[in-house]
Amino acid sequence: MTNAAQPAAAQPAPAHAALDPALRRDLCFAVQEFNADYADTLDRGDIEAWPGFFTEDGVYRLIARDNADAGLPLSLMSCEGMGMLKDRAYAIAHTEMFAPRYVLHVISPARVSDYRGGLISAQANYAILETLVDEPTRLLQCGRYRDTFVMHGDRLLLKERNCVYDTVLVPTCVVYPP
Amino acid sequence: MTNTSRFDPDDGATPDDVSDLRWPADPAEIPDWIYTDRRIYDLEQARIFRGHTWNYVALDVELPQPGDYIRSYIGDTPIIVARDADGRVRAFENRCAHRGAEFCKSYRGSTKQFVCPYHQWTYDLSGALVSVPFRRGVKGLGGMPADFELGAHNLRSLNVTTRHGVVFASFQDDIESFEDYLGPEMLDQFDTVFDGRTLKLLGVHRNTLQGNWKLYQENLKDPYHATLLHTYLTTFGLFVAGNKTMIMTDAKGRHSTLCNARPQGRPDNDPSKSEIRSFHAAMQLADPRVIQLIPEKDSPWTSNAITIWPNLILLRQTNILGARQIVPMGPNQFMLIWTTFGFADDSPEMEQHRLRQNNIFGPGGFIGIDDNEAIKFVQDGVMRSVPRHGVAPLGKDEEGPDVVITDRAIRSMYRHYRAEMGL
Ligand code: FES
Ligand SMILES: [Fe+2]
Repeated sequence: MTNAAQPAAAQPAPAHAALDPALRRDLCFAVQEFNADYADTLDRGDIEAWPGFFTEDGVYRLIARDNADAGLPLSLMSCEGMGMLKDRAYAIAHTEMFAPRYVLHVISPARVSDYRGGLISAQANYAILETLVDEPTRLLQCGRYRDTFVMHGDRLLLKERNCVYDTVLVPTCVVYPP
Repeated sequence: MTNTSRFDPDDGATPDDVSDLRWPADPAEIPDWIYTDRRIYDLEQARIFRGHTWNYVALDVELPQPGDYIRSYIGDTPIIVARDADGRVRAFENRCAHRGAEFCKSYRGSTKQFVCPYHQWTYDLSGALVSVPFRRGVKGLGGMPADFELGAHNLRSLNVTTRHGVVFASFQDDIESFEDYLGPEMLDQFDTVFDGRTLKLLGVHRNTLQGNWKLYQENLKDPYHATLLHTYLTTFGLFVAGNKTMIMTDAKGRHSTLCNARPQGRPDNDPSKSEIRSFHAAMQLADPRVIQLIPEKDSPWTSNAITIWPNLILLRQTNILGARQIVPMGPNQFMLIWTTFGFADDSPEMEQHRLRQNNIFGPGGFIGIDDNEAIKFVQDGVMRSVPRHGVAPLGKDEEGPDVVITDRAIRSMYRHYRAEMGL
């Protein structure tokens, strides 16, 4: 019997040619600063500021690990470009009905695997804790960011963020994008 | 810390005495205990899910080759659906006949046979036991009794039927055909979603909901909430009161369909919509591709929400196609498996369009979030308050399908439910 749960497609390629260690350190630091800002914005509930972390053609996807491993293209959330990012942010802020909640991102140190043609490839693991009124805090998601950043002036922007989550059986729903 | 719960471990004996539970006399009233009582839950598993029902278990396209299999469920019972060497779809319990191990722990895969890891009892793709280790013991000592028959220890196999690429299974062999089970009107609706073209699997969402499984059936038989809860639909003009809409049930009242025809272009701000607080005629999506309708069906409806008793919701909304399987997990929780698909002959653009549009559904979807949350609100209420009866009083039972501000389909489901359950 084959084990279909073996990781396959979800695994990024190993780091390419070695980056200059000082450059890698600088890039890792920049990505970590970025992730700290990103987490803080979502954890404060400022969802309408979330699209600002992406380029105009930025792509965001939230993908269950079992779909990724099976090569199935469905995402739990997917935004292609600023219009869809803003529409999702607007919908969460103004049209969705959900119980009030705190979310808290915990993001691991980033690993920068490549820097070529102005594109930074990076990964980090994330966990999201969710707390509802009169309920114990629970683990909403754990997964991995697979990112491509570009430098925009003196700050980074996401050209692509794929969040591949291990917590395949989602508890109720995911309201705020991880 | 746990992410979510396991199956309810309180798997007591099937109850026989529910005589303390009295259904209210008023047909509009629904008692809280059908959502919370463990005895009722166990009785449902026996009488409904293991009774004379056809349960959705898979799509044909999930098992394209002999040896392909997926994990699935009937009620809360884990099963395996597999394609055998002859290409026939089989379904059997995911429980070893030896000591009971739930031996298949993968969502999907491909195999020649199933080997239970505990003592390596080996079953073929039809679920038949084909070998057991140490059958004659070691050096003639121990081993199986002389009269041990492999054939008496097969996996418990299920009755299987398919229609237009959809696989249904039943614990019962003496059951009407799937076509008779649906009845002519619902079969016509079913064929609107599954017209016989080869499907293409796009992916699966899975989530748990903190509610009784029947609340999900109710939700899809409840047109009242559609324009009130789902602000996204009304804000962006997908479904507003006053659209051409109908709700219809089969003769037995157990299945239903809620159909809606979206107006071409954006609806005008007319006075009949003034009760819907969220309707803004001016509101536009920055990227309207998410709700764009690409005509592809010869149907007067742009959405069909079909409930097939007891465990399937079929949803065709704009260009989204999906099957939602309900898996009860104790009285207060269920799992939903959202299998999302397109057609094998879709162009790459059409497939991308369907994937993009799926932002609307699923446990992160613009409509999915609302329903999932509302169901938890209801369960929290019925579990934690002093028990009383909820009411489903809207509309009249004898009204036709065009009357949509109605609870008619919820009442008809519970008439059928009471008959099946002997309540
Ligand atoms: S429990 Fe399956 S072989 Fe023993
Ligand atoms: Fe709904």
